[in-house]
Amino acid sequence: MSEHPVIEAPVLVSGPGDPGQTSLAGRPRRGEKLVMVLLALAGAVSVLTTVGIVAVLFFDAIEFFRASSVSVSEFFLGTEWRPFGDPENEAFRVGVLPLVNGTLMVTGIAMLIAVPLGLASAMYLSEYAPARVRSVLKPSLELLAGVPTVVLGYFALTFMTPLLRSLFGTDNVSIFNAASAGIVMGIMIVPTIASLSEDAMSAVPRGLREAAYGLGAGKRHVVLKIVTPAALSGIVAAVILGLGRAIGETMIVAIAAGNLPQMTADPFAQIQTMTAYIVQAVKGEAARGSLTYQSIFAVGGLLFVMTFTLNILAQRFVRRFREVY
Amino acid sequence: MGLGTPASSVETAVQALATPKRRGARERVFAVVLLSATVVSVLVLGVLIADVLMDGLGRINGEFFTSYASRRAERTGIRAGLTGSLSLLVMVAAMAFPLGVAAALYLEEFAPDNRLTRVLEANIANLAGVPSVVYGLLGAAVFVYLFEFGRSLLTGAFTLALLILPVVIVASREALRAVPRAIRDGGLALGATPLQVAWRQTVPSALPGILTGTILALSRAVGETAPILVAGAVLFRRSDNVPWGFFDAFTALPIQIYDFVSRPQEAFRVEAAAAAIIVLLAVLLVMNSAAIVLRNRYARRW
Repeated sequence: MSEHPVIEAPVLVSGPGDPGQTSLAGRPRRGEKLVMVLLALAGAVSVLTTVGIVAVLFFDAIEFFRASSVSVSEFFLGTEWRPFGDPENEAFRVGVLPLVNGTLMVTGIAMLIAVPLGLASAMYLSEYAPARVRSVLKPSLELLAGVPTVVLGYFALTFMTPLLRSLFGTDNVSIFNAASAGIVMGIMIVPTIASLSEDAMSAVPRGLREAAYGLGAGKRHVVLKIVTPAALSGIVAAVILGLGRAIGETMIVAIAAGNLPQMTADPFAQIQTMTAYIVQAVKGEAARGSLTYQSIFAVGGLLFVMTFTLNILAQRFVRRFREVY
Repeated sequence: MGLGTPASSVETAVQALATPKRRGARERVFAVVLLSATVVSVLVLGVLIADVLMDGLGRINGEFFTSYASRRAERTGIRAGLTGSLSLLVMVAAMAFPLGVAAALYLEEFAPDNRLTRVLEANIANLAGVPSVVYGLLGAAVFVYLFEFGRSLLTGAFTLALLILPVVIVASREALRAVPRAIRDGGLALGATPLQVAWRQTVPSALPGILTGTILALSRAVGETAPILVAGAVLFRRSDNVPWGFFDAFTALPIQIYDFVSRPQEAFRVEAAAAAIIVLLAVLLVMNSAAIVLRNRYARRW
C-alpha cells in the first residue's frame, strides 16, 4: 500500500463490475483465481441446462423423423394421433394436430378467464385498493400462485367438473373435459398476469394521471384511457407470459382434461394436450428407442419452441416498457 | 345567479351539477366491478381449501402417515411419498443453494460487462419460462440414460435442482444487489481482496434475502409433479427413502396425490387424495412461513 500516493486512493477504489482495479485492495491471494473460475462455472451450469434441453429434445425428435417413415408434413398436418403399438400397424398415426388443438383449446379457455380477471385485479390493486385491502388481497394472490398444480388438477376434477355437469347436464359434459381444466388453469394464471400488469401500471408516472384529472377526467377514464394504454407493453408481456404458462401446464390437464386426442371444438368433450400426452406416454413406459418414446421428444420439442418463442416475445415487450419510463 | 337569469342558463347549470353525480355512480360501479373481479380468484382459493379440508380431514390419522401405498383405499398411506419428498428437499437444497449463490455472486459481483455475460443473463431469464415437464424430459434423457443414474432419487433431485436454479439465482442476485456499495468499499479499503469481501461481507449481509428466496424456490420444488413423474418417479412404492440412498427408486408426495386422484374409486380419488393434499399444503405452509419469518426478522434495510 505504501507504494501508492495517498491522493490516488479514491480513484482506485474498486467495486462490483471492475475487479481489475484492485490496487487499493490486497493482492489476489493464492487460489483466488481458481475460486473465480469455479464461480463462473456455476454461472455456466444454466447455459449447459439450455444446451442440454435443446440437444435432448432435438436429438430424439430428429431421430423420430429419420428412423421412421413419418414425414415432417405428416407430423405437423396429420389430424390423427395414435402413436402406440407397432408402427407397421394400419391404425398407427402420428399427426400432432389433435394434441395442438387440445392445448390451444384449454389455453384459450384459460385466457378467457385469466385476462379479464388478471387485468381487473391489476387495475384495482394499482389504482383503487386502499392500503389495508391491498395488504390482504396481494398476499392472497401470491398464495394462489404457490398452490401446486397437482392440487389444482384435483380441484378441477372433483369440484369444477361436477359443478359444470350439474349446470350443463351430465349428458353434455364428459367426466374429463377441456372446460373444467381450462377454467381452473385460468384462475391459476390470474396472479401471473395481475402482478406483472400491476408493476407496469404502477410504473406509469403520476404526472400523466394528474394531467388527465386536471382536464376533468374521472378516475375510470384515467385508468382506462391513460394508465392502461401507457402500461400496454408491460400488460402485453404479462399476458404472453401467462399464455406460455398455460401452454406448458401439465398436471391440471393430465388429471382433468382426459387422454383422448381429437379434433374437436366442444369444450365439454374429452381431449388431450401435448403436455398430457408426454405424461401418458411416460407412464406407459414407452421403450427407449421406440417410435413412441421418440414421439414424446418430438412433442416436447414443439412445446419448447412454442413457449420459447413466447418468452422472447414477452422479454421484448418488457424491455420496451422499461425503456419508456 | 340573479333573479333575472334566463331559463336556459339555469338548465345548463343544473346539468352541470347533475353530471358529476351520474358520473359518480358510474365510477362506483366500475370500482365495484374491479374489486369483485379481484376477489373472484381469492374466493376460488378459499373454496379450494374448504373443499380439500372437507374431503380429506376425516381421512387423516396416524396410520395414514405410517403406512405405505395400498391397493385398498382405507389402508393406503403416504409414508413413501413423505420420506421421498423430504429426501428430495434435502438433496435439492444441497445442490441448488451453493450452485445458485455461486452463479449469482459471479454475475452480480465479478462478471465483466460484456456480451457473454448478457447472453448468460438472457439465458437464465429464458430458463425460468421453460415448462417444468420439459425439465422432466431433460432428466429422463440425461440423468436416467446418459449418466446411467436410472430412475433414482439422484435423477429426481438433479432434475428439480436444475428446475429451481434460475429462481435461486434471480433471488440471490436481488439480495446481493441490495447490499450497499459502502460495505464492499469498506472491506476493500482495509486491504481485503474482492473475493474476501464477497465471502466475509457481501454474502453474509445478503444471506437472509438469499435464504428466503431459496426456501421459496424449494417449496416450489416440493410441489412439482410433472418433472419427476417424467424423469422416473414411481407411482406405487412400498419402501422408504433416505437422502443418502442415492440410487434407490423414489416417489414423492405430489406423485402419490396424482396416483390417488387417477384411481376410479372415490375413496382414493376424493378422500385419500384430499388427505395427502392437506399434508402437502401443510408442508408448503411451514416452508413459506419460515421464509417470511426469515425475511421479517433478519433482513436488513439500508
